[in-house]
Amino acid sequence: MSNILEALEWLLTAEAWAGPGGLWARSLEHLAYTLLALGISAAVALPLGLAIGHTRKGRGIAIVATGAARALPTLGLLTLVALFTGIGLTAPMVALVVLAAPSVLAGAYAGVESVNQATVDAARAQGMSGWQVLTQVEIPLGLPLILSGLRLAALQVIATATLAAYVGAGGLGRQLFLGLQTYDYSVMLGASIVVILLAILVDGAFGLGQRLLRRVPGLAGTAPANVTAR
Amino acid sequence: MTWILDNLPRIGELTLAHLALSLPAVIIAFVLSIPLAWGANRVRVLREPVLTGTGLLYAIPSLPLFILLPALIGTSVRDPLNVVIALSIFGLALMVRSAAEALDAVTGDIRTSATAIGFSGIGRFFTVELPLAGPALLAGVRVVCVSSISLVSVSAVLGVSSLGSLFTDGFARNIVGSILAGILMTVVLALICDLLLVLAGRLLMPWQQGRRRRPLLARAREVSA
Repeated sequence: MSNILEALEWLLTAEAWAGPGGLWARSLEHLAYTLLALGISAAVALPLGLAIGHTRKGRGIAIVATGAARALPTLGLLTLVALFTGIGLTAPMVALVVLAAPSVLAGAYAGVESVNQATVDAARAQGMSGWQVLTQVEIPLGLPLILSGLRLAALQVIATATLAAYVGAGGLGRQLFLGLQTYDYSVMLGASIVVILLAILVDGAFGLGQRLLRRVPGLAGTAPANVTAR
Repeated sequence: MTWILDNLPRIGELTLAHLALSLPAVIIAFVLSIPLAWGANRVRVLREPVLTGTGLLYAIPSLPLFILLPALIGTSVRDPLNVVIALSIFGLALMVRSAAEALDAVTGDIRTSATAIGFSGIGRFFTVELPLAGPALLAGVRVVCVSSISLVSVSAVLGVSSLGSLFTDGFARNIVGSILAGILMTVVLALICDLLLVLAGRLLMPWQQGRRRRPLLARAREVSA
């Protein structure tokens, strides 16, 4: 317990937070990595997942691929890519995107598939094109699950972005590994606490966002009967 | 490739260490999740707090938790016990919700009929509810098992031996073969454990086979009619 007090004491000092290598700067860096990795994952996996959910094709492949990706150790991928690309942001980004994309993908196709078939058929019967069905019916109604996928991905990325520092990039992992190398447990612990807080904050922000979205008319919340979360 | 062949004994050793860290965690998570899920289902007011609370545990990043635990339980940072406990916590976070949903899916009718035949509370739970929730529980354990096996390797950056050591060593000494061997073994290990779980499920729940065949037969009948 005294260790935790020491770590908190370190967290309360001004110099722990100040400067280009301080906790503020590292936290921002950590968040920036998270946003970048999440953005790339979403750009790749969202369209793919929506297409799978909309066409109901390729679902088997997607399930196998996400399962295999879950077994893939992120640290292994990170160090492997780092050996080829050298230190920098490439290796962490590759590893983080591979980590996050399956969750985004699964959320997207599960979201679209969760929309009641009768609702989709009704939309088609009214003369909506496939594109209109997707953007005006399936995405708004599937939004809760699509967002859950993004939320899970964001959490995984925040947690794993600490490893970026292992291959020479920044983020809160810097302090963590600095503490490890200098046997300064309070620095390690302090940085860990900040990462945990950051993860809980981002998770909370997602939770709040999801709750607020439910109140937007025309979105998922207005037709809860049609959304069966699986 | 030659590196892998030259280092087979070390790879084997690390594979065992990897299993020694992940398997206990999977078992602990499974065993603890059942009473927690049962209690959460039983006391309805507690259900959401328990499920959300354990779910929140999953939000804690793994590496920081490996570091935080020693301060809480008095171990050293390189103690394998931290890894087992942390992985059990993550497993529990995933497992409690699926266990609660699996047990909850056993309908009230079945419970009532079991009681009517004369089952007592505990007997009914173990002989009726648990087996019926079995397939859904198995699905939950499979997820926990694969993610635990994958997650263990992170602890290697702290110096805890596992297949993850092949990543840290390989990175430090610039050996691609070492990292590849680690990735390969982790994935193979996850697949084997997953397969064993599926087989165990078939042995323990033979009635599942019948259930899978029936819709096919029904479909065949529809087609022939």
